[in-house]
Amino acid sequence: MSGSFAIVDLVEVSKRFPGVRALDGVSLQLWPGEVHALVGENGAGKSTLIKVLTGAYRPDGGQLKYEGRAVSFANPMAAQAAGISTIYQEVNLVPRMSVAQNLFLGREPRTRFGLIDRARVRKEAAEQLAAYGITADVDRQLDSLGVGARQMVALARAVSAQARVVVMDEPTSSLEPREVQTLFGVIDSLRARGIAVVYVSHRMDELYRICDRVTVLRDGRVVHTGKLAELERVRLIGLMLGHELSEARRHAHAGTSPAIQGGTPVLEARGLTRKLHQRKVLEDVSVTIQPGKVVGLGGLLGSGRSETAKAIAGAMPLDAGDVWVAGAPVRTGSTAAALRAGICLLPEDRKGEGIIPNLSVRENIVLAAMGRLSRFGVVSESRQNAIVETFIRRLRIKVSSPEQRVRELSGGNQQKVLLARWLCLNPKVLLLDEPTRGIDVGAKAEVSGLIDELAQSGLGVLLISSELEELIEGSSEIFVLREGRVVKHLGPGEVTEAHLLAALAVGSPAEEPAHHG
Amino acid sequence: MADAQRVDRARILAWLQDYGVYIAVGALLLVNALITPNFFSVANIQTQAVQVAPVVIVALGMALVIGTEGVDLSVGSSMALAAAVLPLYLGYGAGVAIAVALAAGAGAGLVNGALVAFVGIQPILATLALLVGGRGLALVVADGQLKQIENPALLSLGAEDIAGIPILVAFALVLTLGVAFLVKKTTFGRHLVAVGDNRVASQLAGLPVGRVLVGVYVLSGLFAALAGVLASARLTASDPSSIGNLIELSAITSVVVGGTPLSGGSIRVVGTVMGALLMQLLRATLIKHDLPDSAGQMTQAVIIVLAVYLTRERAT
Repeated sequence: MSGSFAIVDLVEVSKRFPGVRALDGVSLQLWPGEVHALVGENGAGKSTLIKVLTGAYRPDGGQLKYEGRAVSFANPMAAQAAGISTIYQEVNLVPRMSVAQNLFLGREPRTRFGLIDRARVRKEAAEQLAAYGITADVDRQLDSLGVGARQMVALARAVSAQARVVVMDEPTSSLEPREVQTLFGVIDSLRARGIAVVYVSHRMDELYRICDRVTVLRDGRVVHTGKLAELERVRLIGLMLGHELSEARRHAHAGTSPAIQGGTPVLEARGLTRKLHQRKVLEDVSVTIQPGKVVGLGGLLGSGRSETAKAIAGAMPLDAGDVWVAGAPVRTGSTAAALRAGICLLPEDRKGEGIIPNLSVRENIVLAAMGRLSRFGVVSESRQNAIVETFIRRLRIKVSSPEQRVRELSGGNQQKVLLARWLCLNPKVLLLDEPTRGIDVGAKAEVSGLIDELAQSGLGVLLISSELEELIEGSSEIFVLREGRVVKHLGPGEVTEAHLLAALAVGSPAEEPAHHG
Repeated sequence: MADAQRVDRARILAWLQDYGVYIAVGALLLVNALITPNFFSVANIQTQAVQVAPVVIVALGMALVIGTEGVDLSVGSSMALAAAVLPLYLGYGAGVAIAVALAAGAGAGLVNGALVAFVGIQPILATLALLVGGRGLALVVADGQLKQIENPALLSLGAEDIAGIPILVAFALVLTLGVAFLVKKTTFGRHLVAVGDNRVASQLAGLPVGRVLVGVYVLSGLFAALAGVLASARLTASDPSSIGNLIELSAITSVVVGGTPLSGGSIRVVGTVMGALLMQLLRATLIKHDLPDSAGQMTQAVIIVLAVYLTRERAT
């Protein structure tokens, strides 16, 4: 511990955006050698707080003290130069450069002649990586490494810059368990060096394993600061959500409508096959969903989960296979045909493939139904408004007005807008690809609750999730994919963690390492 | 405090992007009211409006294309095609000749749209091909000749007015209202904005992306052809070798200066008209004060850079 003052002292910091008070008198101290958890729902102000801390935003009110002095960072570069480094969820490196070049980008050691000293770059890069337990060849192009290794490079880069504070925003979201271990080792060594770490994550297990103190944000205010070990999990979640989690969800399936069991499946996909550059993306994948059921699609990253959903939704061409909705064939390879048949896909990449960012919430909701809500090609805003209001209320979408741009909403609310977009069409089948990814705990429970509700109203739902718990709790049966094939079907009685893990482990374990990235 | 300034600055920039062009036009009018004699005479206003009308018509089509994150470089060639076809069919009457000329423009747009939407060629390249090839074709059709137009019905389009509004200008006004309605109130218009903002998401939402793109280029070709017909009527001649030369640049300038971002997802119809008007007034002001055209070009350059700067600032 170096001295008795906090490295960072945020005093009553406020930040407003049009229509929102993102931060409202937030105070936060970071002490040398502590790992500080920053938690809160989406929209609670975490991102804004981080951006204030790292110089991306300047606060409207309050003060930022760094090493005892009031400072104002002009931009993230200034903050970094002062010793505040950030590692973002998405790795910000140059994919086509080597690992070593990435590590020293912008601060390459020079030779006497002012040229880049390549030998030193490589040597020091190898040393730095070794210190973090990474043995990657520093000459390899960055994009040839797995996501986890890339993240380690980003971390090494951030920390080697004489950092005093390291901000980690969801650092484990794309890491494998083994890589998480390495990361925690690194964090321990940072702590030992007296560096303050700000750790943002939704994963409770990780928080309790690695963090010393916690600050809980809600609606732009600090609702709690203190030692994490002294705070029970239930209480922490309660603080984040501002209300006790309702236990209403779940086990609705067990007794759900056995009456419709055994009838015509609402969705039947048979023998879906797709080859791309000699690689089998999908091979003879068949999935059946009965009305009123949530069927899970499990598998590791790259197993063909998303591809199966896209193929069913017509968003990916097929070499073979057919799709039937309620007994009627659907032309494959056409999103329009799939939609007409009542198949809707909630894509994994919400920003890239879901929302139309600059259009209003209203238009995003009615987007797919716009034709039906129009007369002679002229849109009727009053008819749109009626529907939009219904869904905003029914899905509890938080907006300042239906005319608000959708990109201003939090992830959870954007997801609800996309759900509403499909519900306008009265779909028969919903394909949900990671519906709760990047959504905070409270909204997660809400979205999961909605999925159950929808299934109970008779829809067929295909649920893709990389979270075992979500998959097991949500699904009445699970198809497990591996390398584009269905390797296991877990029937209604078999949907348990043990069965699923066993199914995921099917195949030779020796193949595992080849799976990276 | 510094931050409050920054917020204000962002707000001012956003506001300037949206409304700066109106202020600039207003300021130029005011300056001219003070220093240019007879600027507000009926004759001068008519002259200015008639001169700017073809650019406005072309720019309206261009705004739609730019709204889909595209660009149409071939508008000048579409004008030339329309002009070249016109005299060939005047024997059947002005109506038939105009219809054929418009069809030629729409056809050119169809080719552009198909290349962009279904072949997947970048708009700038797809339309560049037609920029070069279209005028060549027009010259072949016209035998490389300038032809006088003597059909009175056609000539009246360029010369006469309705209640003091030249027919040429009336066309531009009606089209402006039409395009504004199209963009704001029709499914086609809303789809086109969505496609421009996020094409992948639009595709997944089942929007007819290909049809929207083709439609946009067809409209752009159609508008260009209409501008070609009207400009020929005013010129009293079909001159495919020079008509519409470099008009694609004026049109793009009008759209950008009017506040429509090149990244798509937003279309400012009235802003586009104001953009065209601004450039026209600027030129007129300089000419009336005997300043060289080069000064006008340099001023235009400054305005373009400023407009793009404002768009960029807003995006960050």
